[in-house]
Amino acid sequence: MEFLYNLMIPIIKVAVVFAVTLLHVAYATYFERKVIGRMQCRIGPTEVGPYGLLQPFADMFKSLFKEDIIPAKADKAVFFIAPVIVLAPTMSSLSVIPFAEGFMIADVNVGMLFILACASLSVYGIILAGWSSNSKYAFFGGMRSAAQVISYEIAMGISLASVFLMAGSVRLDEIVKAQYEYTFSMYAPHLLIGFVVFLIAAFAETNRTPFDLPEAETELVAGYLTEYSGFRYALFFLSEYVAMFIMSSIITLCFLGGWTIPRFITDILPFLSYVPGILWFLSKVYFFMFFYYWIRATIPRYRFDQLMAIGWKILIPLSLLNLLIVAFVKRFVID
Amino acid sequence: MEITEGQNIGLHTQELTLNMGPQHPATHGVLRLILEVDGEVVKNCIPHVGYLHRGVEKLAEYRAYPSVMPLTDRLDYISSMVNNIGYCIAVERLMGIEPPPRAKYIRTLLSELTRISSHLLWLATHALDIGAMTVFLYCFREREWLLELFEMLIGARLTVSYPRIGGVRCDVNREFLCNLKEFIKEFPDRIVQYETLIDQNRIWLKRTKGIGVISAEEAVRWGLTGATLRGSGVNYDVRKKMPYDAYDEIDFDIPLGSNGDVYDRYRCRMEEMRQSVKIIEQCLDRMPEGPILAEDAPDLDMNPRGHRMLDGEFSVWGAGLAFTDEFVTTPKGELYSAVEAPKGELGFYIVSDGTGRPYRMRLRSPSFIHASAIPRLCKGHYIADVIAVIGTIDIVMGECDR
Repeated sequence: MEFLYNLMIPIIKVAVVFAVTLLHVAYATYFERKVIGRMQCRIGPTEVGPYGLLQPFADMFKSLFKEDIIPAKADKAVFFIAPVIVLAPTMSSLSVIPFAEGFMIADVNVGMLFILACASLSVYGIILAGWSSNSKYAFFGGMRSAAQVISYEIAMGISLASVFLMAGSVRLDEIVKAQYEYTFSMYAPHLLIGFVVFLIAAFAETNRTPFDLPEAETELVAGYLTEYSGFRYALFFLSEYVAMFIMSSIITLCFLGGWTIPRFITDILPFLSYVPGILWFLSKVYFFMFFYYWIRATIPRYRFDQLMAIGWKILIPLSLLNLLIVAFVKRFVID
Repeated sequence: MEITEGQNIGLHTQELTLNMGPQHPATHGVLRLILEVDGEVVKNCIPHVGYLHRGVEKLAEYRAYPSVMPLTDRLDYISSMVNNIGYCIAVERLMGIEPPPRAKYIRTLLSELTRISSHLLWLATHALDIGAMTVFLYCFREREWLLELFEMLIGARLTVSYPRIGGVRCDVNREFLCNLKEFIKEFPDRIVQYETLIDQNRIWLKRTKGIGVISAEEAVRWGLTGATLRGSGVNYDVRKKMPYDAYDEIDFDIPLGSNGDVYDRYRCRMEEMRQSVKIIEQCLDRMPEGPILAEDAPDLDMNPRGHRMLDGEFSVWGAGLAFTDEFVTTPKGELYSAVEAPKGELGFYIVSDGTGRPYRMRLRSPSFIHASAIPRLCKGHYIADVIAVIGTIDIVMGECDR
């Protein structure tokens, strides 16, 4: 009985987390289209369902029933498996994210490292997708993506290292708890450089504007996605949004205090402490999702060499500097 | 350790040939570029044109002068009004017809409206190519307004065929004028709106400054015209150098760049839109009353050559103009006439054999000449800059391929 209980609880948790996340991801696309639409003097989707609310499902069904086109000279096996390689690690990183206090699928003691590892793994899918398509545009997209993700992951990792130093742990729930002790109950004001570096790197990591070069429409048609259609395309699309969701969650957890709100607010308005933590978490995550869209609607795209220059010449030195400062502060001021 | 290239250590390396277009999101229609790239750096670039060839020049030889007009609509379909006007002016100069002043002012006004709408489309696609998506939609908002203005006046939005040889088709109506006044009052603020998004944007500056640089002398040698030339600092504008319509009576400036890069050409076109508003305001203020079509303007069904040959009696007319109720002949000779189209100098070279049809009509289309300069502007830059270069020369394939 106990065995069954131990088995069932994680399965139910997995089901709940995945269902809820996928629903969120589906509506993240709707949210994006509405937000960007409003910013651009348009109204976004309105036709499917009330206020266009069923649009994500219509899109999903459309891509499910579309013809699955495989280029004649593509490497079929790799072409088939590439979207899965992108999606699987991205989805599994959801398992270690604490959405609220004590609510995570797997309580791993290296939670943050696991997410970083997963993010690195999904790059393989993109490179393979670009390579197997046997198309020059896809190839360029794959190569760009590989170079981009690798160089920005360094900056990202180093800026996160400062968080680990401050918190003394790589468990996401402990990072959140450690932040609660600080004035604003978040690391963002204290680790400002790291926060900004991570934020920029997150854009590059998820291939969003202004770093959307791997799929830069006007240069590379659709980058590594060029030859993909139908359901396989939808898988890439899905993983991009899940990745955005995860990146927003990491920023929320590591820099903005996760499911907590600053103590001075609850001191003034005590009733706010009864609000479930997941609401704070989600509102912070959605703020960053909105931020992604906002940036997309505002600024142009970098060129590839400029992107690499920013990564290597600005972000990595900055994140190292941040790490150094944090190490000194931690050693000589806090301890 | 010395870093060696592949060839130095005995490996065979070869540039990658990348076929960009004719179906590509950023080649503005059906331009095809064969790029030879080393990594992301463009080593060579060969533009291929002709995917939109319809034989406009040949078709014109089989039509009476007034019936050529709808063909010119389809050259640079973004600014069909200027093509029409350019063609009308060429034929007027050939026939010695002087349009009435009101018609001249209406034409000037509409030329500038067309210039704004063309530049809006240029800015929209150029910004979208570089990744600024919102500018694209903002520009289309105003372009839609302009097209509605055209629809109010003409009934057509894109292929207008509004001018006539010796004037214009119909007078401007009150509804059009009211809306136009509202537009020119509002539009300068809208230009500021676009500029807030990109003008000082660091990414935009990084993507446009120092890209596609061409010196003044070289730009002249490549035959560049319009804002593409003025970005390099050459003060050449057909509206000033060879004034037509009402331009010699109107006060406006020619914005000039200095570096000849993508950014300077962008600045030039943005300023040109402001100057266009200024010209439109002056046209509205000074527009005289009077007829809109010259009295000696030929009819729409100017008789075709074949018909005339059957009737021997008309062959005695020889040189000079002769009008009857239905037949017009033209003086014999050749003529080059140019107007300042939004893309550059649009020239019509007409050879007349004295009949009612052009014997030969050759178009000097700026897009075709600019397309030949793409390799010069692209070499040594990155793939992403090729897109910026295509955007900056404002190419329209309908005009390029004719």
